[in-house]
Amino acid sequence: MSETFMIDGYELVVGLEVHVELATATKLFSASANRFGDDPNTHIDPVTLGLPGALPVLNRQAVELAMRIGLALNCSVQACTFHRKNYFYPDMPKAYQISQYDVPLNIDGWLELPGGKRIGIERAHLEEDTGKSTHIGGTGGRIHGSDYSLIDFNRAGVPLVEIVGRPDIATPDEAKQYVTELRQILVAIGASDAKMEEGSMRCDANVSVRKPGAPLGTRCEIKNVNSVRSLGRAIEYEARRQIALIEGGEKVRQETRHWDENDGRTHTLRTKEDADDYRYFLEPDLVPLAPDASWIDAVRAALPMLPRERRARLSSATGAPADGEAIMVVVERGQDDYVLAVAAAGADASRALVHVKEAYAEQGATPAVPAADLARMIVLETSGKLTSTQAKTVLAEIVANGGGDAEKIAAAKGFEAMDTGALEAMVDEVIAAQADAWAKFCAGEEKAMGALVGAIMKASKGKADGKAVTALLQSKRG
Amino acid sequence: MAELSNAVDIANAVRNGSVSAVAVLDQYLARIDARESSIHAFNLVTREQARSMAAKVDADVKAGRDPGPLAGVPIALKDNMCTRGVPTTCSSRILDGWKPPYDATVVTRLAEAGAVFVGKTNLDEFAMGSSTENSAFGVTYNPHDTSRVSGGSSGGSAAAVAAGFAAASLGSDTGGSIRQPAALCGVVGVKPTYGTVSRYGLVAFASSLDQIGPFTVDVRDAAVLLEAMSGHDPLDSTSIPQPALSLQASLDRDVKGLRIGRITDLPGGSDSEVEARLAESFDALAAAGATIVDVELPSMKYGLTAYYLIAPAEASSNLARYDGVRYGLRVDAADTNAMYMATRAAGFGDEVKRRIMLGTYALSAGYYDAYYGKALKVRRLISDDFARAYQKADVLLTPTSPIVAFPVGAKVDDPLSMYLCDVFTIPTNLAGHPAMSVPFGTGAHGLPVGVQVLAPTLGESVMFQVAAHLERVAPGGAK
Repeated sequence: MSETFMIDGYELVVGLEVHVELATATKLFSASANRFGDDPNTHIDPVTLGLPGALPVLNRQAVELAMRIGLALNCSVQACTFHRKNYFYPDMPKAYQISQYDVPLNIDGWLELPGGKRIGIERAHLEEDTGKSTHIGGTGGRIHGSDYSLIDFNRAGVPLVEIVGRPDIATPDEAKQYVTELRQILVAIGASDAKMEEGSMRCDANVSVRKPGAPLGTRCEIKNVNSVRSLGRAIEYEARRQIALIEGGEKVRQETRHWDENDGRTHTLRTKEDADDYRYFLEPDLVPLAPDASWIDAVRAALPMLPRERRARLSSATGAPADGEAIMVVVERGQDDYVLAVAAAGADASRALVHVKEAYAEQGATPAVPAADLARMIVLETSGKLTSTQAKTVLAEIVANGGGDAEKIAAAKGFEAMDTGALEAMVDEVIAAQADAWAKFCAGEEKAMGALVGAIMKASKGKADGKAVTALLQSKRG
Repeated sequence: MAELSNAVDIANAVRNGSVSAVAVLDQYLARIDARESSIHAFNLVTREQARSMAAKVDADVKAGRDPGPLAGVPIALKDNMCTRGVPTTCSSRILDGWKPPYDATVVTRLAEAGAVFVGKTNLDEFAMGSSTENSAFGVTYNPHDTSRVSGGSSGGSAAAVAAGFAAASLGSDTGGSIRQPAALCGVVGVKPTYGTVSRYGLVAFASSLDQIGPFTVDVRDAAVLLEAMSGHDPLDSTSIPQPALSLQASLDRDVKGLRIGRITDLPGGSDSEVEARLAESFDALAAAGATIVDVELPSMKYGLTAYYLIAPAEASSNLARYDGVRYGLRVDAADTNAMYMATRAAGFGDEVKRRIMLGTYALSAGYYDAYYGKALKVRRLISDDFARAYQKADVLLTPTSPIVAFPVGAKVDDPLSMYLCDVFTIPTNLAGHPAMSVPFGTGAHGLPVGVQVLAPTLGESVMFQVAAHLERVAPGGAK
């Protein structure tokens, strides 16, 4: 159980701050396109560049997507305000970021991990992204010591939602589950493509350690974590670093640290003393945002089914556990509707789940194979007309062709149902031929069964059903 | 001083074909040629652009198309309003070489109404000042006495109208920057209700206070310009969602029965002749059947202090973008931070630096509550005081400026006494209300005095009604 996770007698306390770029058509405060990957400085305008006299106008679609995120995370959506966060950086065109400060759009929600644990969400607020700097020359791609810098303002003004989680995460694995689940929710509700590798989802981790029952330890914020895997590694490294400090009689300093993927360590970026004074004040160029109840209700009503509900639905249809691998994988691929359609076409739901999980990895949320085709194949399999091995072969062909009649494919391959009498005769022949193996198997050497099954399968040219063979052998052993 | 034509007469004559817009423009350009060197109203005279705009108006008239209510009216723009392809300097070196790629909404609207832009006028750098002495490009002198200031920060726009360089002009008013120079130059100046005129394309000084308004030779012209400029603009989120103002009908309305508020606890220190003109303006309205009522505005005396925290705080943020990275001046240095500092040290003048420091301090951690936070509370108190006063009165009257135009250089070393020039105008901006200055006789040295008419939010109609009456009865045969 996660509650008992410890490193050298210390508990971990982790809170995640996740920034996601919203999948809007245009930027948060201007009409320029919100698009990744185009030539630098092609999606710019007076507002994006912070030209004198330009004014922000709030993007309604961004508000709506941000509300979707809040509602999907069980937050309260409230009337809110925008503030200016003031600091100088060359890729921040106005020298302030428009963000939300004391009264954000979404507050007090939670995210439920697949196992059922709830991680609190303190707030999810709207803000604008900065441009992107590339520092040429010098070392380490940092601005200090570089020869010159290039700035691409395409990203400046792209709408972000910052989701601030409460420090309810107790293990690196929970952190990974949280981010994975959050990503699935964001994709499911169409709020973001949430790609950590492309930076449309960025995760900072606040990590501290303490002895059980002790007050919270000093936390460090870890930045530059670019994948779910790195997140787990970075948290574990940082926890061990802090524990080593404490055990060595030193104190943990509150600071922001940079995760280095190459050396697998975190490094000091800036200490609390260097922290900027952002001089937040109410953004006078915008008016308060007060979504009325009917708008909030409409957004809530339009929310699609969330991954957690999808997993529960698939679990009750198939009997498989909701947080088991098959359901996790199939729901993440968005193929759960398909599995249910196969079942509705008359097939066994749990076989449908297994086949889709195994054979549909390359298919998207809407596989090319008609649900009825897979259903027919499963019916053949469950009625004993195809062995599970044959079924896999037939299905591979159906998937490769984007559909097909399982009966015809089976016939073309010469697959035919082997009746129980024929199979039993074949088993008896093999037992007689492999008396040694049979004796060992009867003496309780389970390994010997492999040789017997292999021989039977060979004799049947693959037509025998492995499960049936095993069952026969066991019943004959008595 | 030459007899000045008003914008309405010019537009009527151009529209009916009795005079060409080009001919009108030539008259104004001739006056600029004759006198601009002793006034310095302009940072830039846009002669060629003006000629092509005037020619287009004439072509429209000739083709039977109505060029609009401001057909052929020569108008000057304060040089903090963005004009596409035309340098917009804010009278600061920091914007050296910058040409906006877009027009401010007011510029677009006036152009659509047939206006002809004659140039960009001088101002106190980034509109910070009350005398147009804080310009990086030199002082604008008062056309009534060129040894004196024109007021500020829109001194260039006020002087341009007073000198007959333009039939009307635009200014911006953050704490009195339209009304005070209007009073000092003897012209009409209006600060409309916050949100009435779009700020899109106005280079920000203090965003929650800034508002664009007109300078004109008479009250009717001001009404016509405001009608052309006002109305909702989707590009400015603080723009009030309502159609353009309709003001001309109120100009001839009788003031009989109106309640005119006299502020009994008005801060003192005005010239005696200024106080005398104010008293005469009350008398004139009473004689016309208006009722004079006494009101109190106890928090008004804190307005100046609150303003000098709120406006610099917003300015410190608004002016942070001038960092040498993307446009304007850049002074190269060893690294980025050094470049920022060298650029801003060279690009900004003393008053701008003073206010950036004041504002940064007021917003800083540990000081916010004591300064900026408290100033916001005072701002609310002032609004509350005004709300109570407007239960008793339809409009309030005060002097626009406590003094007449002062000699150039008299206050440059004493920022506090300069700030006091705006004591009567600042509370209006804090409340977001409209107010306007109307010429009303003269004071010391025969220099113009302005009376300020204040009204509640969106009370422009009654404000213009009273202003038009004051204009009709002003002493000394003012227009």
